[in-house]
Amino acid sequence: MAATAAVLRSEWTKIRSVRSTVWTLSLAAVITVGLGLLISLLVNNEFDKMPLTERLTFDPTYTSFAGMGIGQLLMIVFGVLVVSNEYSTGMIRSSLAAVPQRGRFLFGKITVATALALVVGEVTSFVSFFVGQSVLGGHRTQIGSPGVLRAVVGGGLYMTLMAVFAMGCAAMLRSPLLSLSILMPFFFLISNILGGVSATKKIARYLPDQAGQKIMMVVTRNDGRPYGPWLGLLIMAAWVAAALVGGYALLKKRDA
Amino acid sequence: MIELRALTKHFGEKVAVDHLTFTVRPGIVTGFLGPNGAGKSTTMRMMLGLDRPTAGDVRIDGKHYADLHDPLTNIGALLEAKAWHPGRSAYHHLLCLAQSNRIPAQRVHEVLDTVGLTSVAKKRTKGFSLGMGQRLGIAAALLGDPRVLLFDEPVNGLDPEGIHWIRNLMKGLAAQGRTVFVSSHLMSEMALTADHLVVIGQGRLLADTSMAEFIARNSRAFVRIRTPQPEALRDALHTAGITAVASADGTFEVCDAQAAQLGELAAEHRIVLHELSPQRASLEEAFMRLTAETVEYHAHDGEPPPEQDRPAWGEGWRQGRGA
Repeated sequence: MAATAAVLRSEWTKIRSVRSTVWTLSLAAVITVGLGLLISLLVNNEFDKMPLTERLTFDPTYTSFAGMGIGQLLMIVFGVLVVSNEYSTGMIRSSLAAVPQRGRFLFGKITVATALALVVGEVTSFVSFFVGQSVLGGHRTQIGSPGVLRAVVGGGLYMTLMAVFAMGCAAMLRSPLLSLSILMPFFFLISNILGGVSATKKIARYLPDQAGQKIMMVVTRNDGRPYGPWLGLLIMAAWVAAALVGGYALLKKRDA
Repeated sequence: MIELRALTKHFGEKVAVDHLTFTVRPGIVTGFLGPNGAGKSTTMRMMLGLDRPTAGDVRIDGKHYADLHDPLTNIGALLEAKAWHPGRSAYHHLLCLAQSNRIPAQRVHEVLDTVGLTSVAKKRTKGFSLGMGQRLGIAAALLGDPRVLLFDEPVNGLDPEGIHWIRNLMKGLAAQGRTVFVSSHLMSEMALTADHLVVIGQGRLLADTSMAEFIARNSRAFVRIRTPQPEALRDALHTAGITAVASADGTFEVCDAQAAQLGELAAEHRIVLHELSPQRASLEEAFMRLTAETVEYHAHDGEPPPEQDRPAWGEGWRQGRGA
């Protein structure tokens, strides 16, 4: 397995030697924490004006994750760029000449990028939680309360899986522009619209983002989702696996 | 050593490489010559396992590319197109390639020094000139100290000093017993660098010969004579049994005699000569004759190509993208 270790080292050098890695991941963290803080502040101020049902089902954990809707888009940019930069720059020819075992190349790259996304995702999730709780006043929750730790760890996993899903899609599509112009509007708008319209609501629940977000919720609302937090994350992971299999199959088959 | 056996590549309907069989031997520079679009780059990409052959086989020192352990230590390549991330420094580009093939990091500094990029090693390659880019590509090729080296159009865009440098580098590598395979569409460049020549046109093998043999066979030698007394010269040559062809500018071209012999003949007959010079038809002409029928993109001097050969605009895109 020495060859695999060599590929991992090489991919680590690649990922740390371009600026896009730093700016996408740091923006993802800053935006997620910042927006979470802002919305937690607003909610705390307006809490008494909220309708009774919302006050009864108030989820302080999920509220502190309010920045993830935008933060996940930066994780997608990170995932897309890590893979598609190889194609857009021509680096792929050097990379595959150096590592002709294409599976080893692709999964070496994805392993390194995933590990980095996981660290950033978990740190972001924990910081978001504690920063959010610090401004929620009397409505705050504790990390030790039932289900909270699961939700906070799950928030980091969600961010990570989003990035990996983008990596798989980019491996299939190759072009950074094409990948981003499909993934960004989909997760920013289309998924939410599908989830809001009653005709498509039942299907939209199984989209990767909507299924995955279940893990970050502590207070069970009557949202009609037929799966629990872990099963939801598993559904998301299945999407990610499908994207990776597709990316690998196409890379294996195509001329570089 | 690189061995090709009936190597074939189709892109949809189009045959890019057509049953190529030849061997590139170590210790010499082998030139790979063909007009633009002849299939040179595709052939080299198949040698590197980047493109999958439709049929046939190519082996590097007896092995398929994918079976090489740490391939960069066996074969290094300078590809025609840019093959690095412009936001990464030259040092990190080479370092990540070295690490993937377990080449010590010290070697990165050595090859940077060899190609003369040490002073800009930490700069992002975005600002590199064409020549610096070629040097970076060569550094990557040399990284693993490989026995086999491929250079795809290495002199493209280089200044004369850079061309001279690459030429000597390739000759030096061959002299060390390595296999050096270099493509070009310029015969004149090959004549200065290559010991052996492989010529292709439209993906087919046209010649596989030593450079000396190619020159001997393809370039006609003759002597040019200029004189103010053409009548006297013609008579003298005729008497000596030497055929001379009068050319448009009033000079004579003689194929079957040496310059010395002709000079003595003229002196004997007291004929004044203004020029007496041995000439060679250019290799470029010989190359153009050889590939004339296979050139894909002819310049037509304003005359449109036959209609039936030309697909309507956009018709061919599907084939082009296929496979």
